[in-house]
Amino acid sequence: MPHLDLRRGGWRAFSCGIMRGGYAFTFGGAALVALPSGALWWPAERLLAVADLHLGKSERMARRGGPLLPPYEGAETLARLEADLAACDAARVVCVGDGFDDNAVELDGDEIDWIARMAKGRDWTWIAGNHDPAAMTCAGHHMPELRHGPLTFRHIASASAQAEVSGHYHPKLRLAGQSRRCFLVARSRVILPAYGAYTGGLSSADPVLASLMDGAGIAILTGQACHPVPLSRPGGKG
Amino acid sequence: MLDAAADPALLLVAPTGGGKTLAGFLPTLAELARDPRPGLHTLYISPLKALAADIRRNLMTPIAEMALPIRVEDRTGDTGATQRRRQRADPPQILLTTPESLALLLSYEDAPRIFAGLSRVIVDEIHALAESKRGDQLMLCLSRLSTLAPGLRRVGLSATVEDPAAIARFLARNPDSCRIVHADPGPDPDIAMLETDAPPPWAGGGGRYAIPAILDQVRRHRTTLIFHNTRAQAEIFFRDLWLANEDALPIGIHHGSLSREQRERVEAAMVAGELRAIVCTGSLDLGIDWGDVDLVIQVGAPKNVKRLVQRIGRANHRYNAPSKALLVPANRFEVVECQAALQAVRDHDLDGDPRGPGPRDVLCQHILARACSGPFSADDLYAEVITAGPYTALSRSDFDACLEFCATGGYALRAYDRWRRLMLRDDRWTLRDPRAARAIRMNLGTIVDTDMLKVRMRGRGGMPLGEVEEWFAASLTPGDTFLIGGQIVRYESLRELTVEVSRDPGRTPKIAVYGGTKFSTSTQLSDRILRILGQDSWPDLPAHTARWLSLQREVSQLPRAHRLLAETFPGEDRHYLCVYGFAGRNALQTLGLLLTRRMEEEGLHPLGFVATDYALLVWGLDPVRDPGPLFDLAGLRAALSGWLSANTVMKRTFRNVAIIAGLIERNHPGMRKSGRQATFSTDILYDTLLRHDPDHLLMQVTREEAMRGLVDFSRIEAMMVRVAGRIDHVSLPRISPLAAPMTLEIGTVSVEGAGRERLLAETARRLMAEAGLESAAHD
Repeated sequence: MPHLDLRRGGWRAFSCGIMRGGYAFTFGGAALVALPSGALWWPAERLLAVADLHLGKSERMARRGGPLLPPYEGAETLARLEADLAACDAARVVCVGDGFDDNAVELDGDEIDWIARMAKGRDWTWIAGNHDPAAMTCAGHHMPELRHGPLTFRHIASASAQAEVSGHYHPKLRLAGQSRRCFLVARSRVILPAYGAYTGGLSSADPVLASLMDGAGIAILTGQACHPVPLSRPGGKG
Repeated sequence: MLDAAADPALLLVAPTGGGKTLAGFLPTLAELARDPRPGLHTLYISPLKALAADIRRNLMTPIAEMALPIRVEDRTGDTGATQRRRQRADPPQILLTTPESLALLLSYEDAPRIFAGLSRVIVDEIHALAESKRGDQLMLCLSRLSTLAPGLRRVGLSATVEDPAAIARFLARNPDSCRIVHADPGPDPDIAMLETDAPPPWAGGGGRYAIPAILDQVRRHRTTLIFHNTRAQAEIFFRDLWLANEDALPIGIHHGSLSREQRERVEAAMVAGELRAIVCTGSLDLGIDWGDVDLVIQVGAPKNVKRLVQRIGRANHRYNAPSKALLVPANRFEVVECQAALQAVRDHDLDGDPRGPGPRDVLCQHILARACSGPFSADDLYAEVITAGPYTALSRSDFDACLEFCATGGYALRAYDRWRRLMLRDDRWTLRDPRAARAIRMNLGTIVDTDMLKVRMRGRGGMPLGEVEEWFAASLTPGDTFLIGGQIVRYESLRELTVEVSRDPGRTPKIAVYGGTKFSTSTQLSDRILRILGQDSWPDLPAHTARWLSLQREVSQLPRAHRLLAETFPGEDRHYLCVYGFAGRNALQTLGLLLTRRMEEEGLHPLGFVATDYALLVWGLDPVRDPGPLFDLAGLRAALSGWLSANTVMKRTFRNVAIIAGLIERNHPGMRKSGRQATFSTDILYDTLLRHDPDHLLMQVTREEAMRGLVDFSRIEAMMVRVAGRIDHVSLPRISPLAAPMTLEIGTVSVEGAGRERLLAETARRLMAEAGLESAAHD
């Protein structure tokens, strides 16, 4: 039975080694750690989950005749992912959808090599997203969703899901005058922040997210360190 | 006017409200009466939409009276789609428009046909346009028009300016000459400082102390305009004025934050002569003449002589009678500044800092818009662009860099070879994807709106207090206090798009924000103030102010023109350093940030500072024994580059540059990106470029702009050059007379040594505890 223990003892900061600043919690029976980078780490399974890399976003905008954004977001995103992988020594990687900004993206050769290098010796899964429903020609396998132990990884949260880890919404939360990407953690689901460099965000106070979270649970703000805050706060939401 | 009708360029300089606009149309009416013809003959461009509509009404009368076969139409952002289409198919003889609407018209493929027969272009209020990117864009558009309509004649209409020749160079097609015609400036204004029973307060703004004297003046005149430098001050003053308005004189208020309906009501009442006074801001600096104004009152230091003269010109309706104006200093120091301004007005010594060459972000937008209208050759476009006044000195390599930015993004990493925005086909540049034209057109214009957030009291039915800029709200942390609508409030939270505050019982607000201002005291006016301070005695100044300056001379020194006075003194449990830089508020604020950074490095534990147009007051835990080394220019420059890199001012400047240059779309077909999202993503783009491509074109433009604008480092450099190491350090046992008012100033900046991360952690922890969720301490 998946559960989220919101009482004393259910929360603790994770502060050993390079994981400094991470935030540990139990979800669906799994002991997980939210990392300041926006990745979710499952130490027992050595599994690292990230959502919404949106690789190739600047290329897609250019292809459509739009503005030519600084073409460095792939390097930014992959460098951060590489640092997380090295710090955790992850054996499994799950990209929870929208790893690519669309299926027509033609990644730079360097970026394809970079992904291949990171995927080497690791079990790497690309979950289908609304931006990238089909498989891309790069390292890793492609799946509509993934069940691993008690947890289910899929791109878009499903209303009736249990113990589900998803992405898609790019949740953000404003606190103390600063807007940060955040994890949303409720009894039955975790929604990951967007990991890609050029991704906007949706306020966690947005009705769509508020109803998915059922007005309860916590948000874990990312940045230099993780900071958990209750979602139904005294004095207002979001 | 008719004499010069054949000149390729003509600048008519006349005081505000000299009826010059209709004069500009005389040759058009004469030519069309003599030789009627269909098609566009004259284009009139004004910075204000409202002005276009008004001019149309005023032109209709003579045209109807003379029964001329002339159609006059306006075309602005408010013009409907059907009308716009019809205007393109069958243009009127006279079209009245704005720089933005003209840029849009020129971006259509049929622009050559529309403008082929154009004979004259009239640019109204060119002195105002010449100060902004809107003017730079307009001059690029005129360069295009001169290609489409060879022989096009240009007329500029300007208020009185310090350097008409500079405006003429701005207007004329390079290298055409531009005749300058000066209208009779009329008699010198009758201008003085308002005498009041009570002396002005030591610090602050608003001029509340002068309300009885001001009401008295209103009673004695038909219509009085009461100018303020900020909207907030105008609001507070208006409220206090009404509290004292026992005769219930009809007095209105007019400023840019009011709704259009409200403003139009006030304008109509003014024209009808129903108002005795209008409290207003720069929103009445431009535009047609309102009613029968016979007195202008400027509350607060004028900051800039040129603007003061233009404001005074609002009161010149009786032919050959002098305009009448009164200055009301809001505090003791402004008495000196007002005195300096009076002298400057009498000496006809107008100020103005040259703006520098046309900015490259505007050129990037122009190149993209040019591509929308059809293929072009780089050589032709470069030749055309350098005929525009602001771009005459543009080098070919700078032009090519802008073209490269438009085509490929101009990144060090060549990434968009396949998806370039512009392609070279048969030696001509063209849009790779013609569908892109729609988005480019939707984003034309150089006015970047600042998103405003409403501020209201927390709780049910909380009272709305006004608006603050989005970036200001984002910089607040709960507990910060600031002043709005005349009261001190405490920031609580940001909910949806509303800033929630509570009443704060404290007396001094602590604004932990870098608050830039558009209005810094000009260099010329600062120099005059220093000259007044250097006088042996001050018979022209009110006795209270003269006594204050004498006391300062006895106790310490008065600041001198080619030296820098730095006073240090203890007070309560802090040590103070007061630097009389006279470099304007933005520059001294920057100096404050840099000095405290250097003091932090030297272990002097600075705690905060406050900057005015004249001086900077820094306080900390330890005394500054020798201020000299702190002012080492190389050290300040190093501190600047460190401070700039992650600075909100730079990010805000970058956002504007990125939007104008077309890197970020404000509007996208089918959706409007909210300002909030744009802020977020431009910050990330700035950080990314800073790491990977710090010399990118837009980073260069951002740095240039910030140095001149909100950061205003150029004025710090000028100050240091002027001072050339001559720093007079005076160590005092207690605060000096000149420094004392500084401690009463609002707008204190606290030095954030503690770090925002800690604040965030503490807030999060408190909220978890309040929700009954324990969060173990972590580091």
